[in-house]
Parts: sequence; structure tokens; C-alpha cells
Amino acid sequence: MGKRVGIEVSLAIAEAAKMADVDVIAAYPITPQTHIVEHMAEIVANGDLDAEYIPVESEHSAMSACLGSSATGARTFTATAGQGLELMHEVLYVASAMRLPIVMAVANRALSSPLNVWGDQSDLMAVRDVGWIQIICENGQEAFDHTICSFRIAEDNRVLLPVMVHCDGFYLTHVVEPIEFPTQEEVTNFIPKFKYPLPLDTSKPVSMGCFAPTFIYTEAKKAQEVNILNSKKIIQEHWDAFGKAFGRYYHPVESYRTEGAKTLLLTLGSFGETAMTAVDKMRDEGKSVGLLKLRLWRPFPYQELRKAVGNAENLIVVDRALSFGGCGGPAYSEVRSALYSEKNHPKVVGFVAGLGGRDITVTEFENMVKRAPQIANTGAENEYEMFGVRE
Amino acid sequence: MKKLENELTWKDLEIGCIVTEPGSTREYRTGDWRSQRPTYDFKKCIKCGLCSIYCPEGCIGQNAEGYFQSNLFWCKGCGICSKECPTKVISMVNEEA
Ligand code: SF4
Ligand code: SF4
Repeated sequence: MGKRVGIEVSLAIAEAAKMADVDVIAAYPITPQTHIVEHMAEIVANGDLDAEYIPVESEHSAMSACLGSSATGARTFTATAGQGLELMHEVLYVASAMRLPIVMAVANRALSSPLNVWGDQSDLMAVRDVGWIQIICENGQEAFDHTICSFRIAEDNRVLLPVMVHCDGFYLTHVVEPIEFPTQEEVTNFIPKFKYPLPLDTSKPVSMGCFAPTFIYTEAKKAQEVNILNSKKIIQEHWDAFGKAFGRYYHPVESYRTEGAKTLLLTLGSFGETAMTAVDKMRDEGKSVGLLKLRLWRPFPYQELRKAVGNAENLIVVDRALSFGGCGGPAYSEVRSALYSEKNHPKVVGFVAGLGGRDITVTEFENMVKRAPQIANTGAENEYEMFGVRE
Repeated sequence: MKKLENELTWKDLEIGCIVTEPGSTREYRTGDWRSQRPTYDFKKCIKCGLCSIYCPEGCIGQNAEGYFQSNLFWCKGCGICSKECPTKVISMVNEEA
């Protein structure tokens, strides 16, 4: 049996990577990820973990060092946020296409300019298409659990893909929460050391990330797409195994008080907790409102989402990012297109809110529920609104 | 039997397109990038080898008579050999479809 510890979530994420017995950490500090990598460095410097900590000169180098390390078969961890994730961008594609099982915690943050270090999910949405498995956490326990469980997913021979564990900057990273720590033995049993099938090895040489002429590039991309699509059921398999081992069960889409709900809110990440309070309040007042929480962003859980939406009449998607001159919220656009072919799909309304660290309160979730039908009935080309903006 | 390059399907690829055979870059046919090909008037050739030094592809070797000649499996048709040859041995001609 493990124990319950009051700990800052950033430190808990670093402790999770330590319990995962990672071999290499290559990272560059950036707000609000800093406490994760500082604590990681401390753990290694104190001799509490036998690992190589590579303090690189940029995030581009951090991810590049992770490629090399992971390619030798070393268990590799890193963390970043906001601008740092953007600086890694081109290397992120290489990690997924080379099928390297790196695990990275992302402390989600707004993007410049204007400079803003606070939490939103602009960075998350900007790396939507890089081919990584992407998991969004709602609280500190989830951030801890998914850091551990993601090694098992990433390193599964049927998957072999890098995984991002998204945690809202500040809202999660900088708060102290009670977190259940399993024992080291339990974690070691759950994620035993793995063997990368074709590592860089002088006794059996391989070349990675080679040039692919036109005649084979399309086939390479098809293989990559089939691989990440197939990973969805394997992710669930490992989440089920995690539930059996540690008692906490996870799903691609989580439903909260959705039974018979006419209106559903849909959130990504930590704001789901406030939304739950708002739903409780509205349910108590006799309103027919429920909540969906999207945990798995890539691969996108189409069937699971359709099932969770059920017969709801209105669906309100709350994005903390904006696709300029386009669809409004990226999650809104994705959810709407996922439901397009359904016979009785709900009216889908999008709100872009909570940008650059702005809070979304219980009252504001209630106001969204009131406002949504008014927008839905306008028949506007893009049925979304920036919520709470001063006119 | 090994499949030809244009017969390979996505299922034939190693994970992450990893190449497990050392030295297999030789099998890259860069010759199909070419729109022009070098032709030779060997009567003028002084066998200086300059063309082979300048060739960015490293695909010029000596034939049975000792003349320097391009291997069209790799030759990308850049025309540098033709430009650098001091005695104007090499003329570039269009590849016909
Ligand atoms: S055309 Fe270019 S690639 Fe071809 S042999 Fe001459 S120098 Fe080499
Ligand atoms: S550069 Fe001209 S002369 Fe010299 S070896 Fe090549 S073809 Fe012959």
C-alpha cells in the first residue's frame, strides 16, 4: 500500500518520473514547467535516481537529445510549456514518426505576444498534428497517474509512440494537492524496464530518420496513421490495467451527471472540476445539464464521444485556445465535425474562454448554459463566441 | 524475393521506417530526379578526372578504357561535370519522356 501525500503537483510529476525509473531527462526550464525539471534535477543530483540529466541550451535541443536517448532504448522523460513547446515543434514530428516512446509533461500556457506566462491551452492546440498521443489531465492525481501509465502505453510494442501528458499551467502545476503515491514495487511491476525492438546498437546497426523519396513517403505516413489509430484500444487496455492495479479508472471521454441531460458542457483539463460544481448547482435547481470531459485528445475518441453525447440537444464546448480567422476553438471544431454525420446530433456551440490565465467561475459556466441557445439559434456561419471579453 | 521499390506497401515498412541493412543508401535511385543526362565525346578527354572530383553525387567512375563516365543510376543531371570539364567532353542532353 502506498500513502497519501500533500505535494505540489509539479513535484509529484517529477516524483512519478523518478518512480518510473527514467534513464535520461533532457530539459530546459520555462514557466510554468520550471518546478518539474528543477525537482527532477534535484532528484538526480542527490543520487536518488540513477539517471542522466542533460541541461540543454533550448527546448529544440531538449527534444533532440530525447530523440537520441530514446533511440538507444533508454527510458526518456522531459517537460516543457508554451513557447518551449513551440520551439520543439519540428522535432516533435520526428519523435512520433521515428516511433520513439518519449514521455513529456506539458504545463499548458498561453503563447506570446503579448507575453503571458499564465495558463491556457494555446500551446496544446498548436501541437495537435504532430503525431503524439495526447492525454489531458484534470487534477494532480491524474497528472501523477498519467505520467506513470504513459510509459506503459508508449513502450508497448504495438504502440511505440511518444506521449504528451498535458496539465494546465498554474491551475495544476502550482497547487498543492493530496496525491496517492503507490509503492515503488507497485510501480516497478506496472512498468517493468522495456526493450526497444530496433535500438541504435553498434553490434546490430540500424539507421533511423532516413531520407524517404516520393515513392515511399506516402506509405510511411499511412503506416504512422494506422499505428496511432490502433493505439486507442491499447491505451484503454493499459488504463484498465492501471485501474486494476491502483483503483483509479480512466476513459477517453469522462461523463459527469449526463443521465438524460438536455444540455452538456464539454471541457478539457482542470476547468472540468469547476464545471462539475456548476453542474451540481444547476442539477440542484432542476436544470437538465451534464458534463463531458475530454481526456484523450489524440488519437481522437470519435465513437466514445458520440456515445457520451447520446441524445443531448445542446452541446457547449469550452476551449482555452483560439484558431484565428478559422473555426474558433479547435476542440469545438473537432467535436462538431465528429458529430456532423450523426442523425440527431445536438446543436454545438463553442465558447473560447479562460485565455492567458483568466478564470472561468461557476457562475460563468451557468451563464454559458443560458447563453448557448441564443447563439445556437442565430444560424451564424461559426456558432462560437469569445466568452467574457469586454466589449 | 525482395520487392521492387514501387511494390512496397505501408505494411512492408519497419517501425518508424528504420533501415536495418547497413550501406543500403547505395540502392537509392537518385537517377530519376534527372531531366538532363551527360553525353561524352571521349576523343577530347585527357582523363584528368576533374569531372569525378566536382560531381556532387560521387557517381563518376572510370570505364574499361579508363574514361571517366557517369553512372546513370545515381546521376541527378546537375551538369556540373559538363561545366567543369576543361576540354568540353561532356554535353548535357534532355531526357526524353
Ligand atoms: S550531371 Fe551532375 S550528377 Fe550527373 S555525373 Fe555530372 S556532375 Fe555528376
Ligand atoms: S573532366 Fe573532362 S577531360 Fe577530365 S576526365 Fe572528365 S571528361 Fe575527361
